[in-house]
Amino acid sequence: MVVCVALCMTVGPYSGNRLALIVSFPSCAEKCMKCKEASPVLVIRVGDAFCKACFREYFVHKFRAMLGKNRAIYPGEKVLLALSGGPASSSMLRQVQEVSAPQRSNSLHLASLVCYSEGAVCGQSLAERGDTLLQMETILQASRFPYHLAHLEEVFDLPSSILQHAPHNPTGPKNSYKEAVEGFIRQQRREEGGSPSLPERQIQEKLAEVSLRDVPGMEGLADPEARLLAAVRTEQLIRLFGSVKTLTAKEELLQTLRNHLILHTARTQGYSKVMMGESCTRLAVKLLTNLSLGRGASLAMDTGFSDDRHGDVVVVRPMREYSAKEIAFYNHLFGVPTVFTPALDTKALEKASIHRVIERFVYGLQAEFPSTVSTVYRTGEKLSVTPGDASPAAEPERCLLCLCALDTNVGKCKRCLPAPG
Amino acid sequence: MAAPMSLLVEFGGGAELLFDGVKKHQVTLPCQPEPWDIRNLLKWIKQNLLKERPELFIQGDTVRPGILVLINDADWELMGELDYKLQDQDNVVFISTLHGG
Repeated sequence: MVVCVALCMTVGPYSGNRLALIVSFPSCAEKCMKCKEASPVLVIRVGDAFCKACFREYFVHKFRAMLGKNRAIYPGEKVLLALSGGPASSSMLRQVQEVSAPQRSNSLHLASLVCYSEGAVCGQSLAERGDTLLQMETILQASRFPYHLAHLEEVFDLPSSILQHAPHNPTGPKNSYKEAVEGFIRQQRREEGGSPSLPERQIQEKLAEVSLRDVPGMEGLADPEARLLAAVRTEQLIRLFGSVKTLTAKEELLQTLRNHLILHTARTQGYSKVMMGESCTRLAVKLLTNLSLGRGASLAMDTGFSDDRHGDVVVVRPMREYSAKEIAFYNHLFGVPTVFTPALDTKALEKASIHRVIERFVYGLQAEFPSTVSTVYRTGEKLSVTPGDASPAAEPERCLLCLCALDTNVGKCKRCLPAPG
Repeated sequence: MAAPMSLLVEFGGGAELLFDGVKKHQVTLPCQPEPWDIRNLLKWIKQNLLKERPELFIQGDTVRPGILVLINDADWELMGELDYKLQDQDNVVFISTLHGG
């Protein structure tokens, strides 16, 4: 892999020519590069064309490898999937279903979904929001996982503990991954030999039923008082976003509130892992955006595979090795249902926000130099957090909103210090 | 002389918002002296289907970066991109991968 990256970087400036060459000789991609038999349906990297079957295998394998390599999810751990209905998170749900298939040994049986709805601030009318929610619920029910619906309006009722770093529970699976796996296998054997447990499928159905009853859905809204409260909350939310002047700040506010909402859901329902579906294209854009916004010190947290800033709830990003193109193709070719909801910047001008400018910059470069996104993404991968020099044992001061360690007190750089002697 | 041909043109990932929110369009391209390729199709779409903000869909003579093109469920990069010669009953899909469509 290292060789490949180095190659991409050295040929970077010439990729435009390489692309032109390939376009003028389409015959070089007549067969799938993997099975060398079927005709290809998509080009993943320059010159790498895959057929449909090989692409599917590659895509599913990558997800499993991502979880395995990082040893992210302990067997039997409860995992919460954050879904927006967009392409990346919908495709993540499909991957979790593939991994959770009953014949798999290392499965994610305890996955559960949280779907967040933020239509109110993105200019959707009540009827449109109802439509979107209905579509989302159809997908959620079809997935057979238990689910929770979270409305952005609920941020007004969040407890202040959401702004605090909660230390990791030491009684949890703190020991090594290997021990955890062995413990899980032992426990499974005991269950098989001992009391007859319900088949997995039945348990899942039970869970789904239970959670369905919990959802404060349409029946809750039928109560006029509840409906009035919901309307007031929506009004408050729109006013809050209205008071923010720039689109850049609105995007950041939305992101912060969304993270708080997901964190709250994870804590109240007892999940220690949250999966987010950010693709590598999105992360490349996010990396450069955050640099421009002065969040350089938190890049490793904001874009890394695993993010433990909250302490008790760890956010993982298993989709971070898929490009937006791979995801869009997968969803299209294998009929993954997605729900399109307008975002804050839908139909906005190209220079409306920093996010928008960077996105256009990255996509524009990517069109001419196809290794742009992977180069930016792999650079980001090399970033890591080094504990402060002063007192590594002490709890660092944290930002109230994003809970990243503060970088406001770093002292002078080595160059500014007077030379020793 | 290219005979009139019928195509299924689809938009997804938010691109449909620029086309009155309609995802599937069954279109018939008229006769024209030169054969129909994607380059001509894009011009035709701009004049006949696109309802607003053409710069969010087309830039120069191609699609905006970030919008994928699939011809009969295959990547257009394998088909010669803008120079692909359209056939009758072809299915052309445009998917936006941009944030917010």
